[in-house]
Amino acid sequence: MHKTGNHLSDWIARSTALLPLFIFTYAATLVMPVMSDGPVRLGLPWVPGLDISLTFSIDGLSLLFMLIISAVGFFVTLYSVNYLHGYHHTGRFFLFLHAFMLSMLGLVTADNMMALFVFWELTTIFSYLLIGFEHEAETSRHSARQALLVTGAGGLALLAAFLLLQIITGTADISGLTGWDGQLRSHPLYEAIFVLIAIGAFTKSAQFPFHFWLPHAMAAPTPISAFLHSATMVKGGIYLLARFHPILGGTPAWTATLMITGALTAVGAAVLAMGQSDLKKILAYTTLTALGIMTMFLGGASTPSLTAAMTFLLVHSLYKSGLFLMAGIVDHQTGTRQLENLGGLCTRMPFTACSSVAACLSMAGFPLFFGFIGKEIMYKGALAETMCPQLAVSAAVLANALMTAVAGILVVRVFWGRPRPEHAAVKEASVFMWCGPVVLGGIGIVFGIIPEWVGHWLVAPAVRAFHVSSEHIKLELFHGINMPLLLSLLTITMGACFFLFHRSLYRLLKGTVKHLPITSGRVYNGIIVGVARLGYLQIRLLQNGSLHRYLFIVLATFLTVVGYTWLRWTDVFPAWELPALSIREWLLIALITASVITVLATRTLLLAICALGVIGTGLAIVFLSYGAPDVALTQLLVETLTVVIVSVILLRLPALKRSEHPKRIKRLMDAILAGGVGVLVTSLLLAVLAVNPSHSLTAFFEQNSYLAAHGKNIVNVILVDFRSLDTMGEIIVVATAGLAGFALIKQQRRKHK
Amino acid sequence: MRSLILRASTRLLVSLILVFSVYLLIRGHHAPGGGFSGALVAGTAFALYAIAEGAASVRRALRLDPRSLIVTGMLLALASGLTGLVSGRPFLTGLWWTLTLGQDYKIALGTPLFFDIGVYLIVLGTILTLILALEES
Repeated sequence: MHKTGNHLSDWIARSTALLPLFIFTYAATLVMPVMSDGPVRLGLPWVPGLDISLTFSIDGLSLLFMLIISAVGFFVTLYSVNYLHGYHHTGRFFLFLHAFMLSMLGLVTADNMMALFVFWELTTIFSYLLIGFEHEAETSRHSARQALLVTGAGGLALLAAFLLLQIITGTADISGLTGWDGQLRSHPLYEAIFVLIAIGAFTKSAQFPFHFWLPHAMAAPTPISAFLHSATMVKGGIYLLARFHPILGGTPAWTATLMITGALTAVGAAVLAMGQSDLKKILAYTTLTALGIMTMFLGGASTPSLTAAMTFLLVHSLYKSGLFLMAGIVDHQTGTRQLENLGGLCTRMPFTACSSVAACLSMAGFPLFFGFIGKEIMYKGALAETMCPQLAVSAAVLANALMTAVAGILVVRVFWGRPRPEHAAVKEASVFMWCGPVVLGGIGIVFGIIPEWVGHWLVAPAVRAFHVSSEHIKLELFHGINMPLLLSLLTITMGACFFLFHRSLYRLLKGTVKHLPITSGRVYNGIIVGVARLGYLQIRLLQNGSLHRYLFIVLATFLTVVGYTWLRWTDVFPAWELPALSIREWLLIALITASVITVLATRTLLLAICALGVIGTGLAIVFLSYGAPDVALTQLLVETLTVVIVSVILLRLPALKRSEHPKRIKRLMDAILAGGVGVLVTSLLLAVLAVNPSHSLTAFFEQNSYLAAHGKNIVNVILVDFRSLDTMGEIIVVATAGLAGFALIKQQRRKHK
Repeated sequence: MRSLILRASTRLLVSLILVFSVYLLIRGHHAPGGGFSGALVAGTAFALYAIAEGAASVRRALRLDPRSLIVTGMLLALASGLTGLVSGRPFLTGLWWTLTLGQDYKIALGTPLFFDIGVYLIVLGTILTLILALEES
């Protein structure tokens, strides 16, 4: 290893952290103007013909996301430089990381729905590239593809929803939709739009039954899990639900779907988290819980409920990204992420331990930590739900209690307990790695002490961006002794109980998933296997490598489709009358007919090719005698060249055997198909002649060919001037076909060697 | 075994056919011909040469990889189209200049000519790529 070179490239990589830092500063300066003057808007046309513009609108909701994305992005960049020592392609990693960050920023600021969709898909693609970053490992590739397919499918549903919205309202801007809100909720297509939007949000934010991709996405390097799969990308669905809340939200369908799905995901994932022993898997399942809680609260329409969702969004981003970074540090320094191999690291890694304790206390919702504020407002929101507050309260309490237990497990099992002898030489990680968790954990404490400030500057503007209400939005440290406080106490007590029995719970839950009769992960695998089987079947049926089969299918399709269309949709039929022909023309017909018979009858391929050439030449003479010298010339040349090339091929190949006794039925089918296509094409051509064609184009070309295009040969002027775009397309096809043919020939040769 | 008669006549014919192919290309604007036909003729010439002397001789005579002909042709066609775009008119608009040679001899020269040369190079490059690859396989 070149020490100096390494240092230089490290510093170059670190300097890219200036980008998120700059964006963070920019976003921070916008907080005040957005609060006083409303959204900051900027826009430039992109595809004006399709009414797609890159319009950005930064309001409180976008700002909250921007601040989270850029802050976590900054620390993750610093962290990754040290984390990735020993990896290949680190340059690529930083490219993907920052490209993802920019797409995510675009996603949360775009005002045009099509632009939002494009950014949405971009985050999916960069997530795919980053999950599969260690692409030599089979599991990485598998997980990456799974995340891509699930979130990509959701993206397509989202596109359909956006198109429906655009068709109904005639505008592609989200800001233009707000005036329509009442009408949209009672529109007959409301259910369709809502279902599509929900699929988009649920796949991205990993809600049941699309949750399974997120734990698998842990195959990504840990900083990526911290950034994409806990703090930012998976919150894209939450952002979408919040953004469309004023337009589509508040209906019974919306509330019921979001609350039930969210509650199910939150509790289910929290239970499953107890059955994990891999640090990252535990964190992934608790991330699912957090996303479920946010979805559940976005289902409500009351101010406390929506405030709870936004507050918890901030709470979760702060502690979870810190914890993921901690898991990465532990993995990086000790080489393991399994709980049973860890313990007693607090003296070896003091900074990591401190920051993890802070993050875990926030996660557990202890007073003086920001998580406490988040939990209080959550219970307040749950109690204020209009539909089934009992469900919301019990789901929130249960999920929070389990998260408290998980927080305890993380702190105690990793940092307390008996130090492992094999970790005697373990040292604290570099400052670039622990600074992120320390700062994020520190912010969790500061925000927990001054919640009014956070509520005023960050949470309230975010909520007001998608929820109009006269109610005052306020975060407070102490509300007095009331229901939320009692629920908080209950949560901590229950959490402590779960923690005390966590080993038995672990043993109980470890094998449960395997024994479930059906899981969505297995359904997904079934679909993938099914698609592969279908593809295999299709290939065996249609693309079995036999040229005869290909030609048969192509011609049969042509015959049925064109024949059907013609008979069904037109009433033009050919006039079957034979014009008077001269001796010369009769001779030509006789020549062509004789050649056709030769092609069919001969057993020698070379003779067949030459006879085909004669047919082509005969046709060229027909063109010539009817006044189309250009077409005749080209036809003649093409025929000549074809005979030459085909002869070259035939001379190279071993003597081709014509199958000695082809099945009679098969030959009969071929004959019928060939005859059918011949009759169809002939009668089509005659039918076209029966209609008197319009001569306006001919007149235009005749007039303009020489005057405008300086050419007397109209055919050529059409080719290179009037219709040159067509020619452009054709030459691209020629070039592509040539290169593809070249590749095929080369490949064949390599096979023989 | 190579036929001596074929080789001797090829030597004469190839140059003639190539000249004819360029002639076809240039006269195309006023009379039957053009880039496509010209390229087919040139392709025939090289195919003949390849049959008589072998693919290696054709490569030596060409000095260029035929694939680079495809690329050059594509770039030329694209450039002739972009010229229209740069001058503020739609892509592929034909632009014309009149060159005055001597006293009263004028030639109209336009981007369609370069487009046609592009077509010529692409078609020729494709034919040569395939023929040479086949000859060598």
